[in-house]
Amino acid sequence: MNKKKWMRVAIPIISIIIALLIASIIILWIGEGSIGERFSFLGNAYSEMIKGAFGSKTAIMNTIIKMTPLILTGLAVGFGFRAGVFNIGAEGQMSMGALVASIFAVNASSLPAFIAIPLTMLVGMLAGGIWAGIAGFLKAKTGAHEVITTIMLNWIAYNITNWAVTGPFNSGGGTPKSPEIATSTMLPNLMSSQATFMSFGILIAITAAVVIYIILYKTSMGYEIKSVGFNPYASEYGGINVSKNIILTMAISGALAGLAGTLESTGLYYRFYGTLSSGKGFDGISIALIGQNNPFGIIAASLLIGGLRTGSNQMQFAGVPKHIVMIIQSIIIFLVAAERIVMTLMGWNKKKGGSK
Amino acid sequence: MPFQIPSENEYNSYAVVMKGIVKQFPKVLANDHVDLFVKRGEIHAVVGENGAGKSTLMNQLYGLYTPNEGQILINGKELSIDNPKDAIQAGIGMVHQHFMLVGPLTVAENIVLGDEPTKRFNIFDLRKARKEVKKISEDYGLKVDVDTNIEDLPVGTQQRVEILKTLYRGAEILILDEPTAVLTPQETEELFVVLRNLQNDGKTIIFITHKLNEVVEVSNNVTVMRGGKVTGRIPTVETNQREIANMMVGREVLLRLEKEKKQRGKKILEVKELDVNDNRHLPAVRGISFDLHEGEIVGIAGVAGNGQSELVEAITGLRKKEAGQVHFMEEDITNSSPKVIRELGMSHIAADRFKHAMIKEFSVAYNIALGRHYKEPFASGGFLNHKNINRISKGLIEKFDVRPREIGINAGNLSGGNQQKMVVAREVDYQPRCMMVAQPTRGLDIGAIEFIHTTLLELRRENVGMLLISMELEEILSLSDRIFVMYEGKFMGEVKPGEVSLEELGLMMAGQTLEEVRSDVNE
Repeated sequence: MNKKKWMRVAIPIISIIIALLIASIIILWIGEGSIGERFSFLGNAYSEMIKGAFGSKTAIMNTIIKMTPLILTGLAVGFGFRAGVFNIGAEGQMSMGALVASIFAVNASSLPAFIAIPLTMLVGMLAGGIWAGIAGFLKAKTGAHEVITTIMLNWIAYNITNWAVTGPFNSGGGTPKSPEIATSTMLPNLMSSQATFMSFGILIAITAAVVIYIILYKTSMGYEIKSVGFNPYASEYGGINVSKNIILTMAISGALAGLAGTLESTGLYYRFYGTLSSGKGFDGISIALIGQNNPFGIIAASLLIGGLRTGSNQMQFAGVPKHIVMIIQSIIIFLVAAERIVMTLMGWNKKKGGSK
Repeated sequence: MPFQIPSENEYNSYAVVMKGIVKQFPKVLANDHVDLFVKRGEIHAVVGENGAGKSTLMNQLYGLYTPNEGQILINGKELSIDNPKDAIQAGIGMVHQHFMLVGPLTVAENIVLGDEPTKRFNIFDLRKARKEVKKISEDYGLKVDVDTNIEDLPVGTQQRVEILKTLYRGAEILILDEPTAVLTPQETEELFVVLRNLQNDGKTIIFITHKLNEVVEVSNNVTVMRGGKVTGRIPTVETNQREIANMMVGREVLLRLEKEKKQRGKKILEVKELDVNDNRHLPAVRGISFDLHEGEIVGIAGVAGNGQSELVEAITGLRKKEAGQVHFMEEDITNSSPKVIRELGMSHIAADRFKHAMIKEFSVAYNIALGRHYKEPFASGGFLNHKNINRISKGLIEKFDVRPREIGINAGNLSGGNQQKMVVAREVDYQPRCMMVAQPTRGLDIGAIEFIHTTLLELRRENVGMLLISMELEEILSLSDRIFVMYEGKFMGEVKPGEVSLEELGLMMAGQTLEEVRSDVNE
């Protein structure tokens, strides 16, 4: 079965519509009173959600803040998928990247900002890249499956970062956190409104998506990476070094996750928190799925998930539990991942006789 | 007496009558009002090029596809065959080109699979299965050891198991789809004996093939197809290979190649005492030595799985060498990467198209770029040059007649023959000094085979040295300047085409050395 190009766009959109319909039924069901009241309750819930996500400058900023790391972890996972590796370790790579970048940033007060900021990002990417590169190396040289190794590396990263912020890199106080990073390494703000500040991290994330797009579709390197993902045997036959490409892909994937962590540290928290990654690495898997591994699809998916999450806070005020959003998100991912469901529903799945 | 089209009241004596069969696929009319008449108890050959619609026709008889129009009558009774179960019920059995056997199970287990004898509580009754399988194997004179695991059996025997499977299910009509593609000449002969025995037992056999010598040897009647239609029906005794070939292709075909006499050039490839292991780390190539000169074609004959693939993979750098040396263009390439070896001027038509020679998810254009995707004119400064990739690919698919003429579609969507032409186009365009040619025409039709053979001879004229590996002895004999016969990783001897008989080659392919073969003949 060949998926046509328009299906790559249509499947996520139809999934979103179905998810919203199912969520509507749930909201109608938990509502009270007559049918009419329930429908106005439903309308209210969704309009609050949209307001919460996009209704004001602050709302939009919050959505963008949420989507920034999601773009990068989505790219990390999606890029890996393209090369046939399933990087489940974006979570660990993100926190390792953030930790190492923060350690560097705390000690970088002597550097001017125009050097310190890019250098911190580079350090974070390097840390994430090396962390993922370990899994790539093990896959290329020993055949150890990256799903297993990246999960294990997640745990190691979790424990290392926890140890760091509760021990040597602790700044005291309640939550485990590091000291504040040097002012010169803090990302400048792109926008601010009342008490909310938004760094220009989003621009970096979008740039990363463009760069990844160019790598994948315009360069010989991208050709090799995709080739290895599709068919390592034919790649080797075509003179492509398969081991090198697997390690490289993992390293790039990890670097993207590392950058996600670094931007959280230098653009949002200005320090390293033990809970900094808090599942955003795993969200990358969902984002990559919804975005169909396409860099621009990933941006759109991040906007969707970021928006849903910001909007869900506001929706709570309308009396709808936040969990509805989790349900919507889960149904979307479920339908996109099992895309055949959507294709069957839409009748795109008609069995074709194989002609020779 | 020409082929008699039966009238309706004669259908009773026909095992299979297919009338006015139409099968429309989304873009192809695969069968266009096809009629097929197969007498009870005959061996009926259905021949045609790839895409002629013969497999489609048979798949409808076996219930894998349902016809859009037309009737199927089995022994004079009209039936609707919607799935293989209906077909089996009607006494039809099919042996597919790719065997449907489970490697780790025994012969008996495989034969009864899906229709197992059971004891109480639905428990599999192995003893009864063995007994029943032994019985049919003896009844039909198809000897097999019922307790051997399938994976330990040679291909010819596996095929016999497939035939037994259909007989176990009570088949009276057997469809064999390209049954000889995987066999040695001797195994083919044995198969023909089996087919004749089955015929004597009253079975009806439909035999799909594109090898004309086999048609002539074993069948009673021939139905020829081209482009979804029947272009000829004739009793075998009244025809010959040339006539059938013309009906298949629709024009005069060169069955003999014009190979010009020429002096070979200097030595370009030298293989010394090469040892290579297979995927299970067992020795596959043992101490092979030979050289290859410019402008010559060295053929390697042998039954599949005797180390030919491993030999080529080792030479091209895809497989590790355990011992020995390989020199190419006066450089030691024993431990060089595939990339380095390619750069020196060795291209490779790989035997396994799907595994090695193409990336089915990539477009035709990207497949054409494979191997040169990093350098001029396909790329510069690390960026792909899509303009050049597209331009060169367009030219090549035109020149090599790859259809459809679309460089944007995924290679996986091309038919097998067109995929092969695409691979050949790429490897020839590489302008190699030396080419490893493995199974260049497997699964191709006569027209395409002719084209590829002509291309290879063209390269020979341009002084390219080629190592040719093929299961088709005809191909080896007509193209090669010298032939090595390979058996269990060793060369059984070197012969020249024209100075060796098919029988001698067959014996060498079965493990006798040239000396043994020749001394046997003298005795």
